[in-house]
Amino acid sequence: MLVTPAHAQTAPDATQTPVAPGAAPAGEVHTETGVAHDGAHAGGVFPPFDSAHFASQLLWLVITFGVFFLLIQKVLGPRLAGILSDRHDRIAADLSEANRLQAEADAAVETYEKELAAARAKGAGIADAAREAAKTKAANDRAAIEAELAEKLKAAEASIGEIKAKAFANVGDIASETASAIVDQLIGGKATDAEIKTAVAAAKQGA
Amino acid sequence: MANDPIHQFQISKIVPIEIGGVDLSFTNASLFMVATVAVATGFLYFASASKSLIPGRAQSVAEMSYEFIANMLREGAGSHGMKFFPLVFSLFMFVLTANLLGLFPYFYTITSQIIVTFALAVLVIGTVVGYGFYKHGFHFLKVFVPSGIPGILLPLVVMIEIISFLSRPISLSVRLFANMLAGHITLKVFAGFIVSLAALGPIGIGGAILPLIMTVAITGLEFLVAFLQAYVFAVLTCMYLNDAVHPGGH
Repeated sequence: MLVTPAHAQTAPDATQTPVAPGAAPAGEVHTETGVAHDGAHAGGVFPPFDSAHFASQLLWLVITFGVFFLLIQKVLGPRLAGILSDRHDRIAADLSEANRLQAEADAAVETYEKELAAARAKGAGIADAAREAAKTKAANDRAAIEAELAEKLKAAEASIGEIKAKAFANVGDIASETASAIVDQLIGGKATDAEIKTAVAAAKQGA
Repeated sequence: MANDPIHQFQISKIVPIEIGGVDLSFTNASLFMVATVAVATGFLYFASASKSLIPGRAQSVAEMSYEFIANMLREGAGSHGMKFFPLVFSLFMFVLTANLLGLFPYFYTITSQIIVTFALAVLVIGTVVGYGFYKHGFHFLKVFVPSGIPGILLPLVVMIEIISFLSRPISLSVRLFANMLAGHITLKVFAGFIVSLAALGPIGIGGAILPLIMTVAITGLEFLVAFLQAYVFAVLTCMYLNDAVHPGGH
């Protein structure tokens, strides 16, 4: 590129060397790097291929990169690895803790449900027993009351029968008296008691 | 030529050091290597300083980059490859930080130096070869012998595999280097057009809007490239490391 063949490499300690005629006057206007350069190697050689600097470049690269490598290996790498593995451990620990709590909660729910079922069964048992007891008591009470009522009924029937029988017994006498009175009134003759009694009995039969 | 697009790659000495005739000066490139390491280390250090269980923004980014590379390596090279995590992570963070720092105006882009990217690629391939032989001995050479190949094709396939293996450090380094270099040159050229056109008077100023739009758009693209190249570098590193861990293919 900018290699000017005529311009041989000058001695390193040479003072400002004349530059190749065609090339831009090195060191004249460009101070781009902000560092004044001595111009010793500023000749025609394309700077990246300028072998005069290779030794110095290599030396300083070895020193700087060597230091950097050691720092990474001994300090910075382990430190970053430590941060990352700490976080990884922490997350894993938190996750396992969460799993443990979840399992605990599940177990609690299970116990609760079991207890609930047991309480329900017990409640149902109590209710059944109470219902049974109430039913038995009601049946007993009814039986007692029915028996009592039947007794009263029987007593009432008996008294009714008695009264009826008494009434029936009186009916004959009344009829006989009435019949004799009627006969007396109607035909003026006297009927014997026996005749009337027979007639009344016959009427009774016929009625 | 006030806007020479190559000048930004010029290396200048800050502290000249010379040992045994070899120039080992502390240069502006060295300065930005130090800056890259300082920024990357500082970010990772302070972002993770609180070690909070619930991360803040900075800590999130640091954790994301960590997990990003960790997942990439685990998928690429399996769980046995995780021992290379510090290497891949530091490579990724180094390249990414260097690329992003290079996007600041007046900052030096160290990944635009072929020697830097090549050294990083050689580090990767060297690790692959070294670990492969250390762990598997000569079984590591199975990397070059894919299973299920007919005998007559085997020499050809093995040769292709060897060539592809040898070209890995080159492709790995040139990809990163060329992307950063080309991007920065393009950016500089378009930015240069703005200045050149604006110097031409009112019409030129109107015309300078076009390269200005381009410069803004390319800057956005360069952010993408900066991340993407660091990502590609890390992914390929993981794939190559997979060969070292599992030379038999799987």
